[in-house]
Amino acid sequence: MAEPISHVTAQMPRAKLAGLLLFFLGPAVVIYSLFSIYPLVATMALSTYTSDPSGARSFVGLANFATLLGDALWSKPFWNALGNNLIFFVVHMCVQNPVGIALAGLLSLPRVRLKGFYRTVMFLPTMLSVVIVGFSWNLILSPLWGVASGALKAVGLGSLFAPWLGLESSALVTLSLISVWQFVGIPMMLVYAALLNIPEELIDAARVDGLGQFRIFFHIKLPLVLPTISLVSVLTFVANFNAFDLIYSVKGALAGPNFATDILGTFFYRTFFGNQLQLGNPTMGAAVATVMFFIILLGLCLYLFLVQRRIRRYAF
Amino acid sequence: MRRTFKAALGAEVAALALLTGLASAEAGSLKIESWRNDDADIWNSKIIPAFNKHYPDIKIEFAPSAPKEYNAALNARLDGGTAGDLITCRPFDASLALYQKHQLDSVDGIKGMDNFSDVAKAAWQTDDGKTTFCVPMASVIAGFIYNKEAFAKVGVTEPKTLDELHAVLEKFKKDGTYVPLVMGTADQWEAATMGFQNIGPDYWKGETGRANLIAGKEKLTDPQYVAAFKEIASWAPYLGSGFQAQTYADSQNLFSLGKGAIYAAGSWDISTFRGQAKFAMGAFPPPQPAGTTDCYISDHTDIAMGINAASKNKEDAKKFLEWLTTPEFATIYANALPGFFPLAKTPVKVEDDVAATMVGWRQTCKSTIRNSYQILSRGTPNLENELWNVSAQVVNGKLTPEAAGKQLQDGLDKWYKPAK
Repeated sequence: MAEPISHVTAQMPRAKLAGLLLFFLGPAVVIYSLFSIYPLVATMALSTYTSDPSGARSFVGLANFATLLGDALWSKPFWNALGNNLIFFVVHMCVQNPVGIALAGLLSLPRVRLKGFYRTVMFLPTMLSVVIVGFSWNLILSPLWGVASGALKAVGLGSLFAPWLGLESSALVTLSLISVWQFVGIPMMLVYAALLNIPEELIDAARVDGLGQFRIFFHIKLPLVLPTISLVSVLTFVANFNAFDLIYSVKGALAGPNFATDILGTFFYRTFFGNQLQLGNPTMGAAVATVMFFIILLGLCLYLFLVQRRIRRYAF
Repeated sequence: MRRTFKAALGAEVAALALLTGLASAEAGSLKIESWRNDDADIWNSKIIPAFNKHYPDIKIEFAPSAPKEYNAALNARLDGGTAGDLITCRPFDASLALYQKHQLDSVDGIKGMDNFSDVAKAAWQTDDGKTTFCVPMASVIAGFIYNKEAFAKVGVTEPKTLDELHAVLEKFKKDGTYVPLVMGTADQWEAATMGFQNIGPDYWKGETGRANLIAGKEKLTDPQYVAAFKEIASWAPYLGSGFQAQTYADSQNLFSLGKGAIYAAGSWDISTFRGQAKFAMGAFPPPQPAGTTDCYISDHTDIAMGINAASKNKEDAKKFLEWLTTPEFATIYANALPGFFPLAKTPVKVEDDVAATMVGWRQTCKSTIRNSYQILSRGTPNLENELWNVSAQVVNGKLTPEAAGKQLQDGLDKWYKPAK
């Protein structure tokens, strides 16, 4: 029987071990530090400065954060963006993930034909550029030339049509659903892969015990893929709170109407890079980015402590 | 959703780190930064070759960015030392900030600068008017472009007053063939720029009102501003169905496909329509409110060019700017891009009839620039951004004209304290 790897490393001379570690981990640590950790730390450092018209920067400590959360001029759009972000996230959690799981469940049924075809078709939008997705849906939903109003009329629901992307009440949910449409392939694929890992014996046993496909899915398969589902949830959380591109490409940096579709990403963009006559404010922008980072960090910590520790993985 | 900010920022830092120091300019070659990516063809096929007839040794590359991203991209490139030699200047504060950060040179020494009036230069000067930092290229005029065939079919003529405009719109609405007025609010700026700033100057008497606003003698809650909002609010019934989701591109398409009668226009739309529309077009200036006699137009100084202070090839850059002040450039630019009107004193013949009509308004009406552009968009909240949001909401019926004026003035009061 082979020796456990820890014994091998323990017997190794220190210098050789250090050399090995450097060889295998060094490049990753360097690249990760340079492109991920350094920008993050630099952003946090920048958020404690302020700049005057000549471009000179001076240290102000946490004043930017005090302004962001304390001054109504900044806090109002900030809370509005955070609230919209939560709605964006909730729509994804309530629509994208259940639909993804359901699709994966259907795909994993034994007697489905053309599995590969469905899988590809449903995953396809994920690979499209967000700009194309935004542009296409803008056209589809356009009250002038869109097919949406015609399609609704054809089934007798023409009166339900509204310029959804232009109304304060519906713009955000519409954009969330467009994003759901694009990314539903990701939970589907992850859950599908997990479902395929479930040993056939378990399913066969359930079938022998007289369970139908529906109950097999709910009582056997679903509990077994819970770890994957929780992973999907946390991925969705991180992606949603970092989201920006779809809103920007469809509604622009002012995220209209009346900031109804403003999320943290567009708020950050407007602050950092500016918009039209508004000049960018990199230090304030860095403060927004730092707050975004902490919101995501807090969400992840809550997840790790409340959810991840309780998940039990089944080994077969 | 997948591409996160952290990745984007990381990439940018990396790009800057790699490129800093590898400044691009070699002797005899110039790079132009611009937001007019629509014009790349014209620069490459007409403007640059015309310049090269005089200076065959100077190689020029026109390197535009997308309009929306221009300011952000340019600022990043200037800070990182990778920007081009010639910088296309936005009017007022965006460029003034670059000058104050010593990223633009003064152009006062350029021969030919006396070919521009003070008004033409005002958008690219320090607040005291002593230093000019960009060479004015063109202004754009707001007004209304209309479909002549539609007017003939319904039997109406160009409206001179707002009452006549409403009568015309009403007729088109009854007729039902055309969308009476083409304008959307999805992009928000249409309502502000082609709505409020288009018909507004007649209410606030152009430059007089603009100067008073800056001096603090008028407020955006005053009747003349509220009245302008009331007017654009009254357009809603005549706009296309679902105008709340109609983007600027939708508006352009709607009109150039011949489905609209009147288009709330900026003169920069002319070249787009020339390429697409198959019908005869005309233009009329903003119709006047009842009881006014003088007319005012938004003749907005929009585009200029300056020298990157960090350029390695300033001598050639100056030669190019000198050429920009000549009537030769003005003539090429005005006719290659109908709707961008030269600012030089030497008169230029404009061939395009719609463009000629619009520039002809300068003879009968007084010119003014958009009132949110100078000084008043320097703070937070930014008056221009607020104006976009508020104007779109007024047209959408979500905000009353009075509340709109109040929101703008409240925002301005937060940071702007004019000397009284």
